Amino acid sequence: MRAPMAPAATLAVTTRVLNQLRRDHRTMAMLIVIPCVLLTLLWWMFDGDDQTFNRFGPPLLAMFPFIIMFLVTSVTTLRERSSGTLERLLTTPMGKADLLAGYALAFGAVAVLQAVVAVVLTVGLLGMDVRGPIWVLAVVAVLDAILGSALGLLVSAFAATEFQAVQFMPAFVLPQVLLCGLFVPRESLPDVLSVVSDVLPLSYAVDAMREVQTESSWTSGLSVDVGVIAGSGLVALALASATLRRRTA
Amino acid sequence: MTNNSGVTPRSAHVVPRHRADHRADSEQQSPVARPLDAEAAVVVERLHVARGGRTVLPELSFTVPRGQVTGLLGPSGGGKTTLMRALVGVQRVTSGQVRVLGLPAGTPALRSRVGYVTQSPSVYGDLTVAENLRFFARLLHAPFTDIEAVVGQVDLAGHADDLVQRLSGGQRSRVSLAVALLGRPEMLVLDEPTVGLDPVLRRDLWEMFHRLADEGTTLLVSSHVMDEATRCDRLLLLREGELVADDSPGVLLDRTGAVDVESAFLAVIDARTDRRAEVPA
Repeated sequence: MRAPMAPAATLAVTTRVLNQLRRDHRTMAMLIVIPCVLLTLLWWMFDGDDQTFNRFGPPLLAMFPFIIMFLVTSVTTLRERSSGTLERLLTTPMGKADLLAGYALAFGAVAVLQAVVAVVLTVGLLGMDVRGPIWVLAVVAVLDAILGSALGLLVSAFAATEFQAVQFMPAFVLPQVLLCGLFVPRESLPDVLSVVSDVLPLSYAVDAMREVQTESSWTSGLSVDVGVIAGSGLVALALASATLRRRTA
Repeated sequence: MTNNSGVTPRSAHVVPRHRADHRADSEQQSPVARPLDAEAAVVVERLHVARGGRTVLPELSFTVPRGQVTGLLGPSGGGKTTLMRALVGVQRVTSGQVRVLGLPAGTPALRSRVGYVTQSPSVYGDLTVAENLRFFARLLHAPFTDIEAVVGQVDLAGHADDLVQRLSGGQRSRVSLAVALLGRPEMLVLDEPTVGLDPVLRRDLWEMFHRLADEGTTLLVSSHVMDEATRCDRLLLLREGELVADDSPGVLLDRTGAVDVESAFLAVIDARTDRRAEVPA
């Protein structure tokens, strides 16, 4: 029998998505520039107050790529559905997992660019204090962005229109933003919310960023956080692949 | 770009003469067990499809012969697209059997043997014609040498490096058709491929359809333009999900005594309506 995935098909999808993004200069510029502008705005807001910037910088460095990639991915895949190309793809030998993995790889590549630029800006120019290795900060940011893409791919399967797709942002992302420890430390949340916070992947993204900031080496806590972020991304992709139906009504 | 012609399962099937010979041989050797290959290209038995609680295809049974151009005609909303989606395995069906090239419709093994063109062009507007074809060729395991050939077949040779979104509607639908031709599939399911094309192009495309059929390809082509019916070897007239005629154009005209297919279609429907009206009486 045919394997559920084929590297050639996955790479074909990745190449195609990157080709499309390469043509869309405005989207590419926004993907790179917007996180930088927002982080600079944050730095400017706390004009001279390095302590506060250091407190908010890491969580937001985790959050911006996550949110942006979630939005971009859910809209892109919806476009694939409404243009009829998804239906055509499903009549080809390509596996469903190839499509999703291909998308994840393409957006992952964009995420690397986005994260490296954002990290260089916040640490290099804006002077955010980081004890741990800078590259770990970038790795965590990339994983956050990929997690955002994976969740975007998952929810786009449930969106029938652009309106619905955009609404998934407040529905799936904002609760994670509220409970990730940015506003209230996770330990201080009411018991129920603390448990909810424990199962939301963005909480681990923010924890990981804080860990890199305060610890000078790779800790076991960081391993757990990174494992949870990567694992959630893979689970989201697997679910997205399982919920994509070849036959529709 | 390199040519990955080492993997060409699609084109490997298109050796019609040879395949026909082989079929005759195996029939001689075992006259009882009919090889699957000898089955009609499409066998539909008691197909029932409902969409959104409404029955689109009540109970459809028919066959499509191999190596011919079969026209699927009828007014829009009659179930043509739903039927074609069922053949390529993307339509959820309630009951009934659909077999394509001897296998249940939608079987993974069929996906590289059947080319499908949706009614609205399903290609990427923000890629060039060549980029679209290269992408689909990789998914279909078709050799890159096919790309130039199919671009020529749909008369877009000068447009290979144009962005699809800059092309006209008719050109876009031809890009979509070109994708389906990649790898020379044994069967083509084409949903209204000639809509919005000028008469010269329409004639050229129909000539190409027949050329492909002569080489052994089976084509099922839908249209709501009745004058295209005479270009088909065989006609299926679908109205409100029911097959009202299944004949060659000549037989249909003879049987109804009509001057053209449109009048024949009306005659067939009138006859059915009369019959129905008589039943309660």
